[in-house]
Amino acid sequence: MLSRAADNLYWMARYIERAENMARMLDVSYRMSLMPSSDEPRTQWEPPLIIAGCDDGFAKTDLPLESHNVINYLALDAGNPSSIRRCIQAARENARAMRSEITTEMWESINSTWLEMREMEYSHLVGMGYSDFFDWVKERSHLFRGVTTGTMLREEAFHFVRLGTALERADATARLLDVKYHMLLPSPRDVGGLVDHYQWAALLRSVSALRAYRNTYRDSIKPAKVADLLILNPAMPRSIAASFEEITDTLFTLRDSYARDYSSTRMAFAMHSRLRFTRIEEIFAFGLHEFLTEQIDGNLKLGIAIARDFMGAADQLADQTQMQASA
Amino acid sequence: MAGPDFFDEMRDAKGVVRPAYGGVAAWLDKIPVKEMDRKRREAELLFRRLGITFAVYNEGGDTERLIPFDIVPRVLSAEEWAYLERGLIQRVSALNAFLHDVYHDQEIIKAGKIPERLVLNNSQFRKEMVGIDLPRQLYNQIAGVDVVRTGENEFFVLEDNMRVPSGVSYMLEDREVMMRLFPDLFARNRVAPVSHYPETLLTTLRSVAPEAVRDDPTVVLLTPGFFNSAYFEHAFLAEQMGIELVEGQDLVVRDGLVYMRTAGGLRRVDVIYRRIDDDFLDPQVFRPDSALGVPGIFEVYAQGRVSLCNAVGTGIADDKAVYMYVPEMVRFYLGEEPILNNVPTYWMSNEDDLKYVLEHLPELVVKEVHGSGGYGMLVGPQSSKAEVAAYRERVLKDPGAFIAQPTLALSTCPTFVAKGVAPRHVDLRPFVLSGEQVQVVPGGLTRVAMAEGSLVVNSSQGGGTKDTWVLRG
Repeated sequence: MLSRAADNLYWMARYIERAENMARMLDVSYRMSLMPSSDEPRTQWEPPLIIAGCDDGFAKTDLPLESHNVINYLALDAGNPSSIRRCIQAARENARAMRSEITTEMWESINSTWLEMREMEYSHLVGMGYSDFFDWVKERSHLFRGVTTGTMLREEAFHFVRLGTALERADATARLLDVKYHMLLPSPRDVGGLVDHYQWAALLRSVSALRAYRNTYRDSIKPAKVADLLILNPAMPRSIAASFEEITDTLFTLRDSYARDYSSTRMAFAMHSRLRFTRIEEIFAFGLHEFLTEQIDGNLKLGIAIARDFMGAADQLADQTQMQASA
Repeated sequence: MAGPDFFDEMRDAKGVVRPAYGGVAAWLDKIPVKEMDRKRREAELLFRRLGITFAVYNEGGDTERLIPFDIVPRVLSAEEWAYLERGLIQRVSALNAFLHDVYHDQEIIKAGKIPERLVLNNSQFRKEMVGIDLPRQLYNQIAGVDVVRTGENEFFVLEDNMRVPSGVSYMLEDREVMMRLFPDLFARNRVAPVSHYPETLLTTLRSVAPEAVRDDPTVVLLTPGFFNSAYFEHAFLAEQMGIELVEGQDLVVRDGLVYMRTAGGLRRVDVIYRRIDDDFLDPQVFRPDSALGVPGIFEVYAQGRVSLCNAVGTGIADDKAVYMYVPEMVRFYLGEEPILNNVPTYWMSNEDDLKYVLEHLPELVVKEVHGSGGYGMLVGPQSSKAEVAAYRERVLKDPGAFIAQPTLALSTCPTFVAKGVAPRHVDLRPFVLSGEQVQVVPGGLTRVAMAEGSLVVNSSQGGGTKDTWVLRG
């Protein structure tokens, strides 16, 4: 498979996952903004902008920092490369460039999502309700993943799709947890209070994990346990640990089929091991925000290593006999 | 207006159906117009779903459109085909011999059979190719020879298309769609299959791989990319042959070899079926502004460590002025008389020819020597006085850039149009493959001028396509 194809498939998957996670993050922010709190809209809506790396871009629009402006900017703005609209568009462009590598069902799913997204305006969002829109984005992403799992051969192309999804998700969960951190900063007096409780609950709900939390811990909502679930619990599908299990699994498969030693494989395995053998108390002792920052930084480096190893950035010679055997 | 002056492929002058068209005529008699219309729309839907579109230049708005497909097949008898096939193989063999000669000893020039200036001063003559030896001494692997019919036993070659001929996907898809729409028709008629074309093409490409790797070469198809008008065909052929569809950016030259960038690392490439023009192949040798090609690829090619199909420099063989000398090439290289006719051609660089052409412009077809796709041509009998006058000015500015030919009475085939089934003018582009053997898959692309009386069949000018049947003997 061409490196350009691997690149397209990987980014197609990342962008779909990114759109879903943006919807999840907006959902949690919106829910939190409805909590009775003394906070200004500014302290409520700045964190999601910072986390998405969109604070500078938003500032340039000169719009007041209010919920509808931020939601419009992060969900629909065609001028914002990180908006849900642009992510879906980018996913579709990547799919279109490599149509021969994906199944008809995948193409139809991603294309019809884009066609619907393209028509979406802010008035529709208000009309259907923000939460329904976020649900729609999540549903389309679920559908795409389901179609991918259900129709794609378990070959190279599938591995790159899976890799893109898992790395993007690991990153998104780390960032989502960090929203909570940013949110808490302005009003430390709320820690442990009622508002705090609802904020953690909203966070869990946004990653479809409220019930998972109750089933796993049989306890009231405690920050350390929420963090444990979302960072370290391998049974929780959106946790960083579970995502890294997928990443290492995929990278090992690729390493075996290409019979090569890759720096990305080693990096991912080291990151995964750290997640497997660290306890949440240690993370809190180290500092949650600091841990997440390291994790996000590591994800970025891993992404660069993957591009270098598989997407042609390094131009290393393939083992010809292996290539033919796996072709 | 199609009338008694034109050869009707289905009926003779007395209105009697010719034997080859027996099956089609019987079918046309029985099928109601409404049913035909329904099938036509069904065909259109199939084409749209398959994504078979064609980008058209110089038009505002929607540049992706379907080429009209006509559901009435065009039929050639086994005898007619055998004759065509012999003629095509002869012609392409001579052209390949000519290419090898002009890039080596230039015997044909020394023998005075073709003017030296016409070859050596031609922009299609690639000096870089002089002295380079190619596998099997073959320059052209894929030719799309345009043939028109004017009578019972009269076929003329219009153009040889030796560079990057396109249209073969229509030959394959038209058949595919016809078989889906009218399976009975194929059960009742003995139509030679065409679907093995991709396999034959792949065998041909492999057969000209550098000798050291010929037992198992890696073949790829090089496309200019998504925005090229024939991108669909590139993707289609790559898929059918099971080879990678690459762009220039996917290939890289390293240590004297060409590699493609795969997820598993760089992988050596041995044969490139390139669908980009010479000019864009290698920015270090040809157009320096080309972003479509691969820097350094020409050097690897010159060393014989990668094969390009078709070879660099085949354009000299399908130049519209060199065309005049193809019958001479057949005699010179093969010692045979040409089987297929050449259209009498006036090259305006000759003063006598220029004089004649200027006096007879309204009767002639005038083309740019380096033009293609029916752009920038004059069909005298179908042009207004003003159009003819304007064209005359263009010719006078640079006579050597034009050739003229008599307007040919293109044959007609029954075609389904708005008012029912009516005769429309057609041409034929069979695809000749040269490798270990020279072969022609029995069929080709039949293009049809959908407008009444029109003689311009180019898809860029609103022409349509038909399934082409070669009956088995």
